[in-house]
Amino acid sequence: MSAAAPLLLEARNISKRFGGVQALKDVSLTIRTGEIYGLIGPNGAGKTTFFNVLTGLYQRDSGDVLFADQALDLTSPNRVAAAGIARTFQNIRLFGNMTALENVMVGRHVRTRAGVFGAILRTASQRAEEAAIRRRALELLHYVGIAHRAHDLARHLSYGDQRRLEIARALATEPKLLALDEPAAGMNATETAGLRQLIEGLRNDGLTVLLIEHDVKLVMGLCDRIAVLDYGEKIAEDVPAVVQKDPKVIAAYLGGAG
Amino acid sequence: MDTFLQQLINGLTTGSVYAIVALGYTMVYGVIQLINFAHGEVVMIGAMVAFSVIMALVGAGTGLPPALVVLLGVLAAVPVCMAIGYALERLAYRPLRHAPRLAPLITAIGMSIILQHLALLIWGRDPRAFPQILENASFAIGGAAISTVQIAIILLSLLMMAGLTWFVHRTKFGIAIRATAEDVRVAALMGIDANRVIAATFVIGAALGAVAGVMVGTYYGIAHYTMGFVLGLKAFSAAVLGGIGNLAGAMLGGIVLGLVEALGTGYISEISDLCQWPLVGELLTERCAAEGHVILFGSNYQDVFAFLVLILVLVFRPSGLLGERVAERA
Amino acid sequence: MKRQTLGLAIVALALLALPLVLTQIGTAWVRIANLAILFIFLSLGLNIVVGMAGLLDLGYVAFYAVGAYTWALLASPHFDLHLPFWVILPLGALFACIAGAVLGAPTLRLRGDYLAIVTLGFGEIVRIFMNNLSAPFNITNGPKGITRIDGMRIGDFNFTQTDTLLGIAFTGPAKYYYLLLLLLLGVIVVNLRLQNSRIGRAWVAIREDEIAAKAVGINTRNVKLLAFAMGASFGGIAGGMFAAMQGFVSPESFVLNESIMILAMIVLGGMGNVWGVIAGALLLSFVPEFLRYSVEPLQRAVFGRMLIDPEVLRMLLFGIALVLTMRFRPAGLWPEKRHQREMSQALEGTGA
Repeated sequence: MSAAAPLLLEARNISKRFGGVQALKDVSLTIRTGEIYGLIGPNGAGKTTFFNVLTGLYQRDSGDVLFADQALDLTSPNRVAAAGIARTFQNIRLFGNMTALENVMVGRHVRTRAGVFGAILRTASQRAEEAAIRRRALELLHYVGIAHRAHDLARHLSYGDQRRLEIARALATEPKLLALDEPAAGMNATETAGLRQLIEGLRNDGLTVLLIEHDVKLVMGLCDRIAVLDYGEKIAEDVPAVVQKDPKVIAAYLGGAG
Repeated sequence: MDTFLQQLINGLTTGSVYAIVALGYTMVYGVIQLINFAHGEVVMIGAMVAFSVIMALVGAGTGLPPALVVLLGVLAAVPVCMAIGYALERLAYRPLRHAPRLAPLITAIGMSIILQHLALLIWGRDPRAFPQILENASFAIGGAAISTVQIAIILLSLLMMAGLTWFVHRTKFGIAIRATAEDVRVAALMGIDANRVIAATFVIGAALGAVAGVMVGTYYGIAHYTMGFVLGLKAFSAAVLGGIGNLAGAMLGGIVLGLVEALGTGYISEISDLCQWPLVGELLTERCAAEGHVILFGSNYQDVFAFLVLILVLVFRPSGLLGERVAERA
Repeated sequence: MKRQTLGLAIVALALLALPLVLTQIGTAWVRIANLAILFIFLSLGLNIVVGMAGLLDLGYVAFYAVGAYTWALLASPHFDLHLPFWVILPLGALFACIAGAVLGAPTLRLRGDYLAIVTLGFGEIVRIFMNNLSAPFNITNGPKGITRIDGMRIGDFNFTQTDTLLGIAFTGPAKYYYLLLLLLLGVIVVNLRLQNSRIGRAWVAIREDEIAAKAVGINTRNVKLLAFAMGASFGGIAGGMFAAMQGFVSPESFVLNESIMILAMIVLGGMGNVWGVIAGALLLSFVPEFLRYSVEPLQRAVFGRMLIDPEVLRMLLFGIALVLTMRFRPAGLWPEKRHQREMSQALEGTGA
């Protein structure tokens, strides 16, 4: 990864307070196009809060985000998704009573247009669009490797497959940045290895990935660059080899462990 | 007669009742984020039970002092309502605690229908005249009148509000309730039995509701199997107005709603008298001359105010007057 | 495939012959059938709101009332207006739709519970207005209601008189039956087609997990508003048909219990599943008639008098049905089988 790759996202001085707790304090970071960017930190460091602010789920107190050379509208998750940032959730949020295929088809919503009247009248353009949605959704299920479960209800899928399905659904929104919130949480070693392959494949296909992860080994091995949060502040941002040796990072993790 | 002062007194009276009923909604909502639609019906059953007991005591000619008779009515209504509140939580809502959101709501409306029609079976379809045995003296203050019943309702309500506030702030169990409302999981980690706390909010709310039911019955002199529906709607609006989940908010919301409703009802005829309106009045000169007034909205629109307040709050300040809880949490 | 077509043809023939058979027993039975169809129509309208989008609307009957009063006021001697159906039926739907949008806009950005209580309140408000808008200007004629409402008339074809075709006499109610059947077919098609569409999937997604739906880019507020307003419009159409068919409307027809009954039809039948909802609606439309003919004589025989009014029993049963269904069969008696449907579609796709 060359350092000259263009910036995709630039977060500037993001702050967020919950009652008396300063969850994020002036967090700034930059993500370059095509890289896998890791966000780590001890428990309660503010990773998920940052994630939720970035995806419009929480409203920030101050700061702003530049995404693909434009100011990102952070006021609602659907606007963020429309702008090209797709996310997954730490504790998987699928549409449990819809099939795997339908889950991914829902992901196409933001890039398609058909309305109520098109659907009722089954217009030619609606049918064409519907077929395209289905085709693309099936492709994505193939891509993440669960096409054989396409017609099973999402809630009947195994844990690992649910993670994959959630990624497929996020990919369906045609993101420029895919944000994964602890995707390896709760996975066994085989599943984690498979996930790692999947994420590397995504990068090779040109996607930019933001990864929040607890599994430091996974992050160090996978990410091009890493930012470390501690008590709501960014204490380091660099390539893994440098971050690993940063005394502040070591102190934060040891302090967090002790 | 001083309309303003009079409506202030009336509004304070009904507002106190709304506040007490609203506490039942807001406590349950605070802890499990459920609108207990059946709460209004619990209030109605409180009124009905008290009605039966009072009628029986009066009919038996016991010669007990009237205040004691009403007190016995309350003492009978409170445990009945507490039992219903507990049964509601235990049998209807608890099994659904992890079900999709729609399920407990539909159950709540189902329970409400069941309670209402059980009451219809027991107490009949016609309104029952609540025996007016309390001596209802009237005192004049500044051009308005306040009755002993009104004074009793206001004082009793304030007493209950103070008691509840003391309970949730100063007792161990009360603090457990507040902790659970803050975060069920964390409270559970601290060793709080969430099931007990949740059941308790239903039971306490029902007890307050029973008293409120008797107050309403005594105040209006009537009890009817449908009375819980509109009362419940208004009390819920009061809870939202104050900030749902917030006890002080429910109290404030109840009082404010009572005042808005009373003043609104007191002045709406006057305000909507088209004969006073500049342009419209001229169009209606003949009718105005013949009838004196052409009133667009009379006091029969009383029940509309609570609903308008609810809508306005939802539009402009969904978190209510005192609410911190963000309503948009899905 | 062939057997399915045959089955469908038999059902269609039976439905077409039904009013002719019922007329032989008594025209009252055709009217009962008509009301049942109207309620199926209503429950399918509400199914879009509650079943698909998961929005609890407890005041659905208020939109029905809006449609009914629109027809009643614009086609009766009350104001001496007699507008044609193609004006007032869409107008009723439009007014109901506007009412739904006005109500939904502030409420739908909040948690679902608020919608339940606001719709409940709205039902009550509409009732208050229907009852009281008789003074100082007589708009609704108050509790007495509006009488002598024009029936349906398409050109010279009048739905209030008997016509003979091919030697068969078609009474007014029988003609309404066919019209309602046609409308019902329409709403079934709308439901089925929406179910498998971009918007329909968005509704179900919101029902399943609103936050996840937002996160994949669905503008949940607009999409919910769409469901709510659409459901309201169907209520408005049903209301117009009701006014035309009965020739009389009064506030009594639009009470909370009616909303509850329509809700119970959906919940019991199976939220979101068109055929389940139809089955639920048929079942519950039949209950009052059943109770009238069974519980009443039974009570008289056993106790010598009526202990429980069938109407009260009906509401009790609805309440119990709502509670028990949510507890033991939350997906209803005939649940939606999305994966099976998907499967058959996929098979169709590969087979073709």
